[in-house]
Amino acid sequence: MGMEDMKKFGLMAACSVLALAATTSLATANDELVEMQQNAKNWVMQLGNYSATRYSELEEINKDNVGDLQVAWSFSTGVLRGHEGGPLVIDGVMYVHTPFPNKVFALDLNDNGRIIWRYEPEQDPNVIPVMCCDTVNRGVAYGDGKIILHQADTNVVALDAKTGEELWKTQNGDPSKGETGTMSPLIAGDKVLVGNSGGEFGVQGHMTAYNLETGEQEWRAYSVGPDDQILLDPENTTHLGEPVGENSSVDTWEGDQWQLGGGTVWGWVSYDPELNLVYYGSGNPGTWNPAQRPGDNRWSMTIFARDLDTGVAKWVYQMTPHDEWDYDGVNENILVDMEIDGEQRKVLFHPDRNGFAYTLDRETGELLVAAKYDPAVNWATEVVMNEDDEQYGRPQVVAEYSTAQNGVDVNSEGICPAALGTKDQQPSAYSPETGLFYIPTNHVCMDYEPFQVSYTAGQPYVGATLSMYPAPDSHGGMGNFIAWDAAAGEIVWSVEEPFSVWSGALATAGDIVFYGTLEGYLKAVDMETGEELYRFKTPSGIIGNVNTYEHDGKQYVAVLSGIGGWAGIGLAAGLTEGTDGLGAVGAYQSLSDYTQLGGQLTVFSLPSE
Amino acid sequence: MNYLMSAATGFCGAMLLFTAASLAPAQAQDEAVDWEDKPYIVEDGKVDYGTYNGFRRYHNTCHTCHGPDGMGSTFAPALVNSLKDMSYADFAATVANGRSSSGASGNSVMPAFGDNVDVMLYIDHIYAYLKARADDAVGRGRPDRIDPENDPVFQEWQANQ
Repeated sequence: MGMEDMKKFGLMAACSVLALAATTSLATANDELVEMQQNAKNWVMQLGNYSATRYSELEEINKDNVGDLQVAWSFSTGVLRGHEGGPLVIDGVMYVHTPFPNKVFALDLNDNGRIIWRYEPEQDPNVIPVMCCDTVNRGVAYGDGKIILHQADTNVVALDAKTGEELWKTQNGDPSKGETGTMSPLIAGDKVLVGNSGGEFGVQGHMTAYNLETGEQEWRAYSVGPDDQILLDPENTTHLGEPVGENSSVDTWEGDQWQLGGGTVWGWVSYDPELNLVYYGSGNPGTWNPAQRPGDNRWSMTIFARDLDTGVAKWVYQMTPHDEWDYDGVNENILVDMEIDGEQRKVLFHPDRNGFAYTLDRETGELLVAAKYDPAVNWATEVVMNEDDEQYGRPQVVAEYSTAQNGVDVNSEGICPAALGTKDQQPSAYSPETGLFYIPTNHVCMDYEPFQVSYTAGQPYVGATLSMYPAPDSHGGMGNFIAWDAAAGEIVWSVEEPFSVWSGALATAGDIVFYGTLEGYLKAVDMETGEELYRFKTPSGIIGNVNTYEHDGKQYVAVLSGIGGWAGIGLAAGLTEGTDGLGAVGAYQSLSDYTQLGGQLTVFSLPSE
Repeated sequence: MNYLMSAATGFCGAMLLFTAASLAPAQAQDEAVDWEDKPYIVEDGKVDYGTYNGFRRYHNTCHTCHGPDGMGSTFAPALVNSLKDMSYADFAATVANGRSSSGASGNSVMPAFGDNVDVMLYIDHIYAYLKARADDAVGRGRPDRIDPENDPVFQEWQANQ
């Protein structure tokens, strides 16, 4: 970006001095993590590596012996809430986090998991009820000798990885307005990238970069708002190959509604060091009542590709314009290279809440594939792939399931997927051996009735009633674990699950894929066929992500148990039974018959010979 | 309904709240014990407007912690149980002021909804719905409505708008 362009961004000009100063330390921190992520013995970031593949080259535990897996050791976190995310492992030390009050433990793997240090922040408990759907936290991040914790009250804290000493602390949002912290930060280069939660409170979503050394803010990019706030360059930022133009966000909202516009950033971030681009998605527009916010509501429900150094977006893609169903676009973006239509492409794969799995060129944002990854998905017939069509890139909404077309105070029935999405934040895995994606999914549909609501700062700003039930005319369960061919846009195999699969998957060179279930099982399945090879019931439901590491020449698999999150709230008592007319199959059972609150890390290994 | 529509668009919410807060207890007193014990009408499996609207409003704000149909969650208690022996006054005060407690699973905090018009305007309706659920007079899921013309609660509600 030249100096002329720089002048367009008031915000950026203010940051340019900082950005310049930071360049000196960029190389060290950047190179360290780029290298560390390739060491399969460690698990240095939540999604395993910058490409977010959740794939490990470890193969001691494999298809032939995984049936012998045993619990090696376990650890109670002392917190009985929804445990999302997972532990990091760096050179013999494991870092375990908890939901609110957001404790962090450093465990010594050389000394039977002895606690080296612990950290527990002081937080105002009034943040608890403004967290939508439990006090989850998706894990800490590591970089340059520091552990970065993103607290519920939005404080971002840097701890010395060796001692737990607090090095810096900065406030990322205002909980009194409903802004909270749940997402795991990503450290890329010399920056800590972190977003905000609070899409149900009318907050303005943002992604912010802090300096890893000092905690100083380097840039902040809102999802909705004026150009200088969203860091979109009208001429050079593209949407489906075309420049976005001026006021690309505010022109798609009525009046000042964008100020309550949501687009919060609470999912996962991935990073391509070669392109120097970071990728993440934005959440739902506020409110859930579409009648109160006419327009496309850009850039909610959008994948952003932003320059790491400046925050300016290279391209954006909005998956669900004018959302009518709460299909947040925050799910993981997995960066792989694959052949599509005979051509080798650098792609970004994104299985969206809205039930379509998108494959895009991550350099240009060109849309390559968009296909339903659950046959139950019915709210749209297709995403238009013809570049010459004025509907290019847009989902073709089915009137019957359009809560906007049906209108306020009308109950739209039988919409698939439910607001939970065909999947939520639970991250998928990718295996370079099979070229397939392994996706934990929900198989749930809903009735949705929007109505008028008022905004009060710090109060829920929802505006819809919904009932959820297992997908009708199917297997009666609420979830599937699937293998997906992203080039063809096809399901390769699918394992039926009684409950939504709300746990992040792990694929390994041992030709197996691991995932957890809401009843509390850790399962291992054959990568090629989906055949179950191992299961063990942990003390509580699993909404955490499965990790693996090697210590003293032995491979371990680790996962957090602790039912909660949206899964714990929506499913604890069981969902409402589908109406007879919709033909829901099977008696519906409640999750509370299977599991109770918990907070435990369970670590598995093969028996010693 | 124009009255409600305007609430959503601006800062007249505070004024509305005032109206709502002073209205609800008065209604409770007028109709004395009977309304508090049985604040709903269920006929042939269909419910009055208040109970129906309570279902909608409950699932707008309350269910994110208290679970679908008042059944509770991993996060907050089942109101189908709480309302079995909670008075209207305690219910309204808890909703307006919030509450906090601590137990084995850590701090449990309910926020104060006193300045939330989407809750306080419909506090009687939410109470009616949850009481009907607690009494097992209404099952899970969306209840069917009594024909508006034969629904005294709807007639009264409309007359007051």
